[in-house]
Amino acid sequence: MEQLAHSIDPFISLLGIFVLAVFVGYYVVWNVTPALHTPLMSVTNAISSVIIVGALLAVGAGAIASGSTIAMIFGFLALVLAAINIFGGFMVTSRMLAMYKKKGK
Amino acid sequence: MSANLAAVLYLVSGALFIMALRGLSSPATSRQGNLFGMTGMAIAVLTTLALARPVGLLPWALIIGGLAIGAVIGGITAKRIPMTAMPQLVAAFHSLVGLAAVFVAAAAFYAPDAFGIASNGIIHSQSRIEMALGAAIGAVTFTGSVIAFLKLDGRMSGAPILLPARHAINIVLGLALLFFIYGFFDSQSPIDFWLIVAISLALGLLLIVPIGGADMPVVVSMLNSYSGWAAAGIGFTLANTALIITGALVGSSGAILSYIMCKGMNRSFLSVIMGGFGGESAGPAAKGETKPVKQGSADDAAFMMKNAETVIIVPGYGMAVAQAQHALREMADHLKKSGVTVKYAIHPVAGRMPGHMNVLLAEANVPYDEVFELEDINSEFAQADIAFVIGANDVTNPAAKEDPASPIYGMPVLEVWKAKTVMFIKRGMSSGYAGIDNGLFWRDNTLMLFGDAKKMTEEINKSLG
Repeated sequence: MEQLAHSIDPFISLLGIFVLAVFVGYYVVWNVTPALHTPLMSVTNAISSVIIVGALLAVGAGAIASGSTIAMIFGFLALVLAAINIFGGFMVTSRMLAMYKKKGK
Repeated sequence: MSANLAAVLYLVSGALFIMALRGLSSPATSRQGNLFGMTGMAIAVLTTLALARPVGLLPWALIIGGLAIGAVIGGITAKRIPMTAMPQLVAAFHSLVGLAAVFVAAAAFYAPDAFGIASNGIIHSQSRIEMALGAAIGAVTFTGSVIAFLKLDGRMSGAPILLPARHAINIVLGLALLFFIYGFFDSQSPIDFWLIVAISLALGLLLIVPIGGADMPVVVSMLNSYSGWAAAGIGFTLANTALIITGALVGSSGAILSYIMCKGMNRSFLSVIMGGFGGESAGPAAKGETKPVKQGSADDAAFMMKNAETVIIVPGYGMAVAQAQHALREMADHLKKSGVTVKYAIHPVAGRMPGHMNVLLAEANVPYDEVFELEDINSEFAQADIAFVIGANDVTNPAAKEDPASPIYGMPVLEVWKAKTVMFIKRGMSSGYAGIDNGLFWRDNTLMLFGDAKKMTEEINKSLG
């Protein structure tokens, strides 16, 4: 068994995380109140820009060391796009959420 | 920073993103949820910087410069955008995620060592597939969202544009895409990589062009889902749990929203995606019927509503177009002062994106506990004196319940006709998106108020005030 555990490809554990996260997403999203579906879209938009980590790796880490200017350019473009989304997405979400008020206020 | 610590921190950031969505289960907890989301993002970015340790001036300049550009553009957009433009803003943001995914995949392709996915310049075969999928989905998301943006923003006609033999073209492109993904997997050739991107860009364009404006709630949700799957694809390439968790969350979120929207229209996802349904300017379906409709003035409407006990307001896309939400809330305030109970009824597909009406009403300071979803309020129309329909049509059509021959038969509708009186604010007698007549217009207990939604509401306010 020990040996078996060691021989498992790391991809499989990532796949496991992915599958479980799909289920978590399924249940969490069904719990979102329909009134907040627009903020849901803008916030999922913002968090999917976590793809910025790929851009940071390209710009910051090896791209320059390995001398690939093309990779660095693509990384930088991705960085700008993802950053627009992160700042824009979270800010517009909080602007929307600030508007939802209860009665009597 | 050790790789293990980084992995744990990425996991924390993924968990914070789950909490961010969890917060949206109620408006009261939503703001805190958004903070969780921002924290998660900050952790992911800082962890990556600590892990990658950029050396030298140029990388730091690029990183800080890139973030600053993003902060300025994103911040200004978020501050200035009017709430009525939210659907197109979300579509525009989706296109950025899609394009960013393509660029990250390209960066990984040209510097695979930086991402630790290659040995001796040969990219691991598994990473090649993930990279190809990430780039393909990202590219479809990009052009698809651009088209959705143009349609929602009115820069392109909302009417479906039907190419001859479009299904055949799409199938051929789809097969070609699979072929080149296999080719890329086999050869790691840059030509194959860019062909994958090019074909996917074309596919995104062709898939969304034939879909009509009012089906955009489904399209926007679907693209939301795609942007998630693209992020997950890149996440596998980078073996990054934050990306994988986020991709899965966003992917399922978008898929669920598309499902809810399709159910709200009683149409299958496939029929929406195939496109060609409806047209913005279907025009009046002139069947030679010239039955008289009862037309009223703002004064009539004001008088009747003032003397009512309960008024249920049904907003639709027309309210968004006319920006009538503030005038509407003012009207509700006047009515409440006269002792009238006012509620709002929201159809799931009212507007151009999920939750569109709720945001606009919230913007106009309508308390969210006065706003009800279809299944919660439908039984109350029978006790209501007045159903006040502003800029909605198809979602109130009794044909959906009564006429099995109608194209919208079976669609859940707001049963406004059960109220003692129904008022419609409309610019004219034209039919709605589905291109069919609404029999309610000719009923005896219906009062038609012809005019722009905002102007008409303001006139009602004048006679109420």
